[in-house]
Amino acid sequence: MRAQRWIFGGTSALVFVFLYLPLALIVLYAFNKTTINSWPFPGFSTRWFSRLWDDPEPKRAAWLSVRIALYSTTFALILGTGLAFAFARHRFWGREPLNFVVTLPIILPGVITGVAMASFFLFARNNPLGIDTSLSIRTVIVGHTTFCIVLVFNNVLARLRRVSRSLEEASADLGASGLQTFVHVTLPTIRTSLVAGALLAFALSFDEIAVTFFLAGADTTTLPLWVLGALRQTQNVPEVNAVATVIIVISLPMIATAAWLMRDEGAAGRVTQGE
Amino acid sequence: MGWLLVFYVVALVLLLMTSFWRQDVFTAKLVHEWTTDNYKQLFTGQDGLWLRIFGRTVLLATIVTLIDVALAFPLAWFMARIAAPRWRALLFLAVVVPLWSSILLRIFAWRTILGQQGLLNTFLVDTGILGKPSSALLFNERSIAITWANVWLPFMVLPIFTALEKIPDSYLEASRDLGAGALRTFRSVIFPLALPGVIAGSIFVFSLTMGDFVAPQLVGGGSQVLGGAIKDRFGVAADVPFGAALATLTLVTLMGFLALSRRSGALENL
Repeated sequence: MRAQRWIFGGTSALVFVFLYLPLALIVLYAFNKTTINSWPFPGFSTRWFSRLWDDPEPKRAAWLSVRIALYSTTFALILGTGLAFAFARHRFWGREPLNFVVTLPIILPGVITGVAMASFFLFARNNPLGIDTSLSIRTVIVGHTTFCIVLVFNNVLARLRRVSRSLEEASADLGASGLQTFVHVTLPTIRTSLVAGALLAFALSFDEIAVTFFLAGADTTTLPLWVLGALRQTQNVPEVNAVATVIIVISLPMIATAAWLMRDEGAAGRVTQGE
Repeated sequence: MGWLLVFYVVALVLLLMTSFWRQDVFTAKLVHEWTTDNYKQLFTGQDGLWLRIFGRTVLLATIVTLIDVALAFPLAWFMARIAAPRWRALLFLAVVVPLWSSILLRIFAWRTILGQQGLLNTFLVDTGILGKPSSALLFNERSIAITWANVWLPFMVLPIFTALEKIPDSYLEASRDLGAGALRTFRSVIFPLALPGVIAGSIFVFSLTMGDFVAPQLVGGGSQVLGGAIKDRFGVAADVPFGAALATLTLVTLMGFLALSRRSGALENL
């Protein structure tokens, strides 16, 4: 048992080194004195952060990404939760194939989703309804929502399968209306799964590149698209690393919240399953 | 629901249809005439270039998936079965943190690791393993594979962790009581129960690898892979019907992979 501990502990430590090596270099090279990305590290400087402070472009791109992620997450919350309720509470025709279709956008690589939806928007541009389908922030939001739905859906469905319906029935028996039951009984039970799903959806949308690449218009430079462009010239790399470092620092509390909630979800699962 | 059906299924069907259309040579406009030329080109064109790209991508995806299973299993085992419960949450957090930081930069960082003046070369020269820095570490298929294995690793660890965490202690005790050694317990008890998690992780890693065009672009040198080929048809090379045919080939391959894994019940665990 002790030997097992050391062997697996040691291996895990090495795997973590492998996993974190790129991340460590991103943060380290954000403080690069030069623009040369070589080892040994050329020396410390914070000038990329001050340059970033004065550079409007990454800020504009980041704000656009935040807006896209907020919209996509909101739509995904509404649609994903609705779908999860339909799946948890009703048996209907085509349930299994539909389940597959919902999961498909995260199983298929982004490039497929991207080109398929880009073809769709191009094909539908002369639609009789007169909806503008030219590539813009709207098309990106539609693309992101498609794969964000499943994240919310999975989280909420997992929760709904674990909680007993008797609570809601009790609420109804006590004379609560459908809305009252939803607000006071159902919502509190699924709240953490909603938050966890939403955080995951936000994070994936914020860093998404493949789908965005095909659905973004000329004026829709999201942060990852800006990064991809900036990486073409190596002198931009330290500033891009500085952007990533700022984002890591901002997102750490978000990740901690999400992980804490998901752990809670796991614990709740064990309790309700009587393990 | 209507949302998904309209935007996703219709889009996929349209992609399939596009792969049977052709493009006007002069105006580069789509011509809605049915033809199988794109597939003829795909399977026989350019001395089998496209099939070679396809084969290379499938091979790389398989290798990357195997590397990730090998790396993820011991880590997931440690997290789920050995580490103290209060450490477990922290380790879980540590696995997901990289997912929240720019994937583009995590890929790009591999240039700093594998490059000629990179971390690994400096280390190998300093320790005397190499006489002078090697340029063979970066900009080839190996560097793409290492980078992919690195950035997709969390997607493999999490489902295996979930599967291993669910195994009741009593199963392992029973196996030991019945006289099974560690290897026998692994083969007959742990592995079969972890398999749905391994397959779920493999679906993610395999699929992400089959479609990615960023890592080949940033650390791959000139090696062509499917994701990049599809992207180019829809971009610089501007041959949308042929790109759609390539995308359909990828789609069919992944569907085959999914159909195989469906039996194991792994799809329920995504």
